Amino acid sequence: MSKGVAVNGFVSEEELERSPGYPSKERMQQGPVVVIECPQEIPCNPCEEACPHHAITVGEPITNCPRLDETKCVGCGLCIPRCPGLAIFLIDLTHSDKRAAVSIPYEYLPLPHMNQKVTAVNRAGEPVCEAEVIKVADTKPNDRTAVVTVTIPNDYAQEVRGIVRLGGHHG
Amino acid sequence: MREVDLAVVGAGPAGLSAAIEGAKRGLRALVIDRNPKPGGQLIKQIHKFFGSREHRAGTRGVDIAQDLFREARDLGITLMLGWEVYNLQPGRLQVVRSSFGETSDESPEASIAAKKIVLATGAEENAFYFDGWTLPGVMGAGAAQTMTNVWRVLPGSRILMVGSGNVGLIVTYQLLQAGADVVAIVEAAPKIGGFGVHAAKIRRAGVPILTSHTVVRALGESRVKGAVIARVDDAWQPVVGSELTLDVDTICVAIGFRPNTRLASLAGCRLTNSSVLGGWVPIHNGQLETTVPGIYVAGDVSGIEEASTALEEGRLAGIVAASAMGKTSEHDQQQLQAIADRLCSLRGGPFCQPIQDAKSELVELGEEVCPKE
Repeated sequence: MSKGVAVNGFVSEEELERSPGYPSKERMQQGPVVVIECPQEIPCNPCEEACPHHAITVGEPITNCPRLDETKCVGCGLCIPRCPGLAIFLIDLTHSDKRAAVSIPYEYLPLPHMNQKVTAVNRAGEPVCEAEVIKVADTKPNDRTAVVTVTIPNDYAQEVRGIVRLGGHHG
Repeated sequence: MREVDLAVVGAGPAGLSAAIEGAKRGLRALVIDRNPKPGGQLIKQIHKFFGSREHRAGTRGVDIAQDLFREARDLGITLMLGWEVYNLQPGRLQVVRSSFGETSDESPEASIAAKKIVLATGAEENAFYFDGWTLPGVMGAGAAQTMTNVWRVLPGSRILMVGSGNVGLIVTYQLLQAGADVVAIVEAAPKIGGFGVHAAKIRRAGVPILTSHTVVRALGESRVKGAVIARVDDAWQPVVGSELTLDVDTICVAIGFRPNTRLASLAGCRLTNSSVLGGWVPIHNGQLETTVPGIYVAGDVSGIEEASTALEEGRLAGIVAASAMGKTSEHDQQQLQAIADRLCSLRGGPFCQPIQDAKSELVELGEEVCPKE
């Protein structure tokens, strides 16, 4: 069963629910919002500065876990490439009737291209469904952390946190 | 003989920061490093750093190295790259061209007179002794990182990583980025050592992290052809019958670092042992001065930590060394306080609090045994 990030290497549902960086189910239903999967007290705060809407707070000490004010988050995703831990994702459950959009930080080459069909994976790296790339943001401020947005069937939105690397031997 | 106010050994984050703060206060500063490029370990850190704005959080280590180098150059700091210190005493260092030094008609040896010396000599990787550990293809994770990110040579295509501290996790990620497959990470402890966010990156890339597991044997005659791993029991012993053979061509060992204290020893600095800080460390006071007056330490040599703390300790050493020569700047007191505050906050939280405690103990000892003015 789920033992959490220190044993499995990825966050458990319980850790996420306890985490101040995770929005409520209600907020997720209302439109795009970030999820911050950073449940350990580590010395880091670039996310706080990254948000133009002041929706993320770390404060003092710097080892506080980031706190998301879900009412202030507009779902712009500017914080995603600024997180050194690549631990911030954007979820949009309102993308369409059947499909949700998930934006993930991605630092492998080659980058996927628009409309490419890729394989979405969960936090354990297990393939869970097909995904379609609808956006690849790789601007200068991203500093070589691309943000790839894929659409997936709605049901997988809480699970999908990556795509299979295209350049690796698995791809 | 070349004469300077401040000689710094090591051009990593601590050494460059010390020289920069010294030069800002009017010191003639010189930095010596045996490597051909400045930046120490920063030049292979292609990931974005943690910390806060003052530690360049969110910036890739390799870019921080560039910025430090430019700042040092613009301040007129002399960099002696490709030179190795082979002897030192207070006030004087002897250097010889390292294997990375340029070929030249000049003498391959030199003496340097320096009023103050900062040792920022960093750390070295710990080895792990298992059957077959001397086979080609077994290497430190740091070595694999240097090969991949500095020299652009992939050490192998199917890799086993031993150790799940931040170095094991980060190097695994970077090997994946370079196109290798990391077959697994084994971790003898029941928990992952490094930050969960680093672990999460490689888990979603499909790399298993096997806690309570260790490497037992490297297979192969003339180079690594495989690895045998096994589960370990509560006494850290491999459990008979739990062995698994992995098809790998490279085994990377990331089980920690120890301070590189050889020059400190040579200079006669007293050492003390601290397992939290990585083993033997030079005793130093709150000003980072060792038991030998005029010789300071900064960065990993004074206890294994992070680049962010190395930057801060380097700044601190540069400021206090300048101050000891009567070169102060107006805001020194505020700056020293700000550094102390930032070090304190970096050393908080469940991951870093043990370091804070060990450092406090070390400084307490230093205040007791380091000679007073």
